[in-house]
Amino acid sequence: MTPPAARLPPLFADWFVSRGWSPRRHQLEMIAAAQNGSHALLVAPTGGGKTLAGFLPSLIDLAERGPRPPHGPGSGIHTIYVSPLKALTTDVERNLMTPIREIGLNIHVESRTGDTKQSKKQRQREFPPDILLTTPEQLALFCAWGGARAYFADLKCIVLDEVHAIWSGKRGDLLNLGLARLQSFSPGLRRVALSATIDDPDLIAQWLAPGLPSPLAGEGGGRSPTDEGSHHPVDLAEPAQNSEGQSDPSSVSLREPPSPARGEGIVIVKGDPGAVPIIDVLVSEGRVPWAGHTGQHAIPEVYEAIQRSGLTLVFVNTRWQCEFVFQQLWAINDENLPIGLHHGSLAAEQRRKVEAAMARGELRAVVCTSTLDLGIDWGDVDLVIQMAAPKGSSRLVQRIGRANHRLDEPSRALMVPASRFELLECQAAKEAVAENAFDWEPHHIGTLDTLAQHIMGVACSEPFDLGALHAEVTSCSPYRGLSYEAFEEVVDLVATGGYALRTYDRFARIVRTPEGRWTVRNAMIAQRHRMNVGAIVAAGTLNVKVASRRGGASKQLIGGRKVGEAEEWYFEQLTPGDTFVFAGQVWAFQGINGMDALVTHATDRDPKIPSWGGSQFPLGTSLAARVRAMVQDRDHWRVLPVDVQEWLELQAARSMIPDADSLLIETFPRGSRHFMVAYPFEGRLAHSTLCMLLTRRLDRLGVGPLGFVVTDYAFAIWSIKPMDGLDWDALFQPDMLGDDLEAWLEESFMMKRTFRNCALVSGLIERRQPGAEKTGRQVTFSTDLIYDVLRRHQPDHLLLRTARSDAASGLLDVARLGQLLSRIAGHIRHAPLERASPFCVPVLVMIGRERVGGDAADMILEASAQDLIDEVMEDAHPRPGGAELMGAA
Amino acid sequence: MNAALREALTPARRPCGSLSVRVMGELCVLRCSGALWLPAHGALVAGDLHLEKGSAYAARGQLLPPYDSRATLDRLEAEIAELKPERVVLLGDSFHDSRSVGRMAADDRTRLDRLALGRDWIWLEGNHDREALTAADGDAVSGLPGRVVGDLRLGALFLTHEPMPEAEDGEVAGHLHPCARVVAHARMVRRPCFVTDGRRLLLPAFGAFTGGLNVKDAAIAGLFTEPPMAAALGKDRVHALAWNGLV
Repeated sequence: MTPPAARLPPLFADWFVSRGWSPRRHQLEMIAAAQNGSHALLVAPTGGGKTLAGFLPSLIDLAERGPRPPHGPGSGIHTIYVSPLKALTTDVERNLMTPIREIGLNIHVESRTGDTKQSKKQRQREFPPDILLTTPEQLALFCAWGGARAYFADLKCIVLDEVHAIWSGKRGDLLNLGLARLQSFSPGLRRVALSATIDDPDLIAQWLAPGLPSPLAGEGGGRSPTDEGSHHPVDLAEPAQNSEGQSDPSSVSLREPPSPARGEGIVIVKGDPGAVPIIDVLVSEGRVPWAGHTGQHAIPEVYEAIQRSGLTLVFVNTRWQCEFVFQQLWAINDENLPIGLHHGSLAAEQRRKVEAAMARGELRAVVCTSTLDLGIDWGDVDLVIQMAAPKGSSRLVQRIGRANHRLDEPSRALMVPASRFELLECQAAKEAVAENAFDWEPHHIGTLDTLAQHIMGVACSEPFDLGALHAEVTSCSPYRGLSYEAFEEVVDLVATGGYALRTYDRFARIVRTPEGRWTVRNAMIAQRHRMNVGAIVAAGTLNVKVASRRGGASKQLIGGRKVGEAEEWYFEQLTPGDTFVFAGQVWAFQGINGMDALVTHATDRDPKIPSWGGSQFPLGTSLAARVRAMVQDRDHWRVLPVDVQEWLELQAARSMIPDADSLLIETFPRGSRHFMVAYPFEGRLAHSTLCMLLTRRLDRLGVGPLGFVVTDYAFAIWSIKPMDGLDWDALFQPDMLGDDLEAWLEESFMMKRTFRNCALVSGLIERRQPGAEKTGRQVTFSTDLIYDVLRRHQPDHLLLRTARSDAASGLLDVARLGQLLSRIAGHIRHAPLERASPFCVPVLVMIGRERVGGDAADMILEASAQDLIDEVMEDAHPRPGGAELMGAA
Repeated sequence: MNAALREALTPARRPCGSLSVRVMGELCVLRCSGALWLPAHGALVAGDLHLEKGSAYAARGQLLPPYDSRATLDRLEAEIAELKPERVVLLGDSFHDSRSVGRMAADDRTRLDRLALGRDWIWLEGNHDREALTAADGDAVSGLPGRVVGDLRLGALFLTHEPMPEAEDGEVAGHLHPCARVVAHARMVRRPCFVTDGRRLLLPAFGAFTGGLNVKDAAIAGLFTEPPMAAALGKDRVHALAWNGLV
């Protein structure tokens, strides 16, 4: 659709001129969309003035509004801006203030996040700002406020920044439910979303579109008095050709012109693509290592690249990798270049310091994780280095975009593969970016634990009518298919826990009013709900604190300065005295005290405990397909480094090169064991699930599987007996995704963890209670017990079903495994070998580095029991250390 | 290692996976279920059932599954069916709070009566359930089967709810919910456990929703003058663990 010419008020036009800029096309189109009253989705690369494009329409509207009444109609919030990161709201506030100040607008901007002081939050309730910058979690809280309907009655616009990072998950579900709530408070609300370049913008447009049958019909809550003065959406300019098309209000067509009165239709604005980035793959001294995951071999060349460039961002995939690369770079930093560190475990102040130093241009390089993937520029980034493979082309583009400070100049990026398969992946990613091929997101259906949280929030805000709320919920695209019966079941979960044994009716958290509406039982329950709002359930984290010894006789260690936060499971593997790297230094672990992991400075340079080396993202589907295609295409090999070409040739000679659609399986003896190595290239998650299921089948076949190991490209299983004679087609039958999957899943640790998340998100279990913070540890323990009991006594409970589908779609990647199994059916190529092939080296060297998988807990107890026997044997001589040991406990 | 502990460990494993130890000379069978079987006295002992813990949380707004009582009774019933004890001793904190008995589902109550039928059923008072047990009129135990006592002597053993630091030898107690943690192959395993040095014995909590306290915590470790043994509950056997192997 050709947009009508946008009206840029002189005040704003002059400001662009004074800055030496001219408004970009997509900025004007966003203004036009606003003037037509349309919802809008802007898809543009980083650095194109995207955030300003999102705000300009609101600034114009507010500039033309005139003075705001202090009370009553029209005195409320005009625009809400939602960012996935707390840190972003602060930076956006700073950047938004520049045009407001320079144009001289009287617009009041404030942010509100979990960090905002209580006094400021209170003031915002009484005196709302014009523009409020906030996060999805706060939005969920707004929905649980008493009086929310009146407070948001004047809301004209909501801007969702970096929407590609939120929409397709539980956070996206919660955000979408929140949008519908706000839309019911203020039917004329315009939805605006800003996204990085994605493969299919229609998917996000569909997600964003409100499917309200008729927003003006309301849902029975009654319009607040402040509503009267607000504009109705029909007052806004509406394209004339749009008056038909209202016959079927439930269907949303994106091709139709928008109809704000029905709340339908999204205008998709595409930003200019910008200059094609220059991407190089670093091949250190012409060689690519066989295996590895850190890229350690290339550190000197990475350092040289930093020396030659201005500000460089060095992206890695995990926090521990981040620490490792940072240490390696400083070890050879003879010039003392200012190189910083940035990842999500660092204390917030420390991160702010690094960001500020970047913005001031004081740093030459920052080693970082995805924490710097998102957001506005923190400085003029000259070069982006991707250590180890990027795992997805969209992520690579996003990261490269950080070096995109001027849209018309190409950004520069350097990829550093850590192994040969990673080199193939880097090459594939480079080609994907050149062809503008991006990863796609799987279809997402709204999660019911998230819905339960939202329903509770609504009940805390105001009494609701069951039918009206069902209509509102199904207006959200993730929940469009939710039947009334399924909805009622979620309401029952909220009210009484959804148990077949009806003993909790008198303890219901929400109850019916005499008018038949549902409301929260009492203020205490409402307060507890508000303390537990949010869709992200982080792994239990501990504060990492420098230990100091308390004075007096007790000599107990207590926590001092906080260095950062890290996952609890990491510390559970450590014993006091173990050394490890964190926040760029080597520390000695001293013990856990409540929520604190106590550490002291360590003198050794080499930490004793190696970091976990996997990448946190599995290989994306489109990259995986490209790598498979590249491997089988000999002509394509010519672009690869010589030693990699030789490696592929050697593989062809010693074993075979699989076609893109077939699966190569190699079997060979090694030591006293027999190995099976296969190369599906489907990512670690799908491979792990496949191995779990295969080992169960191999066990039944009497092969005696002993263990397995996976990478993003391949997996290896080893066993007591040879596997050469197996019926491969039978072994890889897709029916393993039925009973085998079910049986394994029920017992798995992963399932318990997934259930815990669902229980916390749904509000069945509360993490925070007034006056007492439960630690992650306590929650983990009790939800395991609850899982066991619930599974035995009500195996079809709503939360168990939710957990199963979460596990299948997330951690297990079952959908992708299903695709793999059907792709290879009838296309399995078996190569029985005398010895290991060139391809299998990278996966074989992983053996021994992985944690114990499966149900090894009893084996560990068994092995530890041997210690006691040893102790008994040596007890012929009394052990003097006994009493001392006791004293230390 | 002291003589008592060494003697305690001598007849180690039973075919069913239980572990036999001697506490002050009395044969104690540490069952995989977490219960204690005293063959010489025909007594089955279980600590800290915390019945109706789920509904206690529900009453305060956290809707934990209402199936914990029946899960606990299922396991107790299985032990009774296998061992056919003359007496059953519940080591205190059998109910989570003072109103637990009233919240129990009718069929759970009926089952409790059936289990107690024809045997000496003894409730020891605990800190959680003292009120629940004596709520009605002293000995009637709010309609529950069996009798209520403060503590109980069986041969050389002295059964009580809460262990005392200066207790006499032979004390058998619950209350602390001991758990053992071991780390191997970069993985941590945490399990409820018995703790004994051959002089006293701590029982793990038997209830379905009961959490645990690390045996290395001063509240447990401080009860022993020499390193005791932890006997952790595995899937189908009890594992004896050395004190210095625990974290």
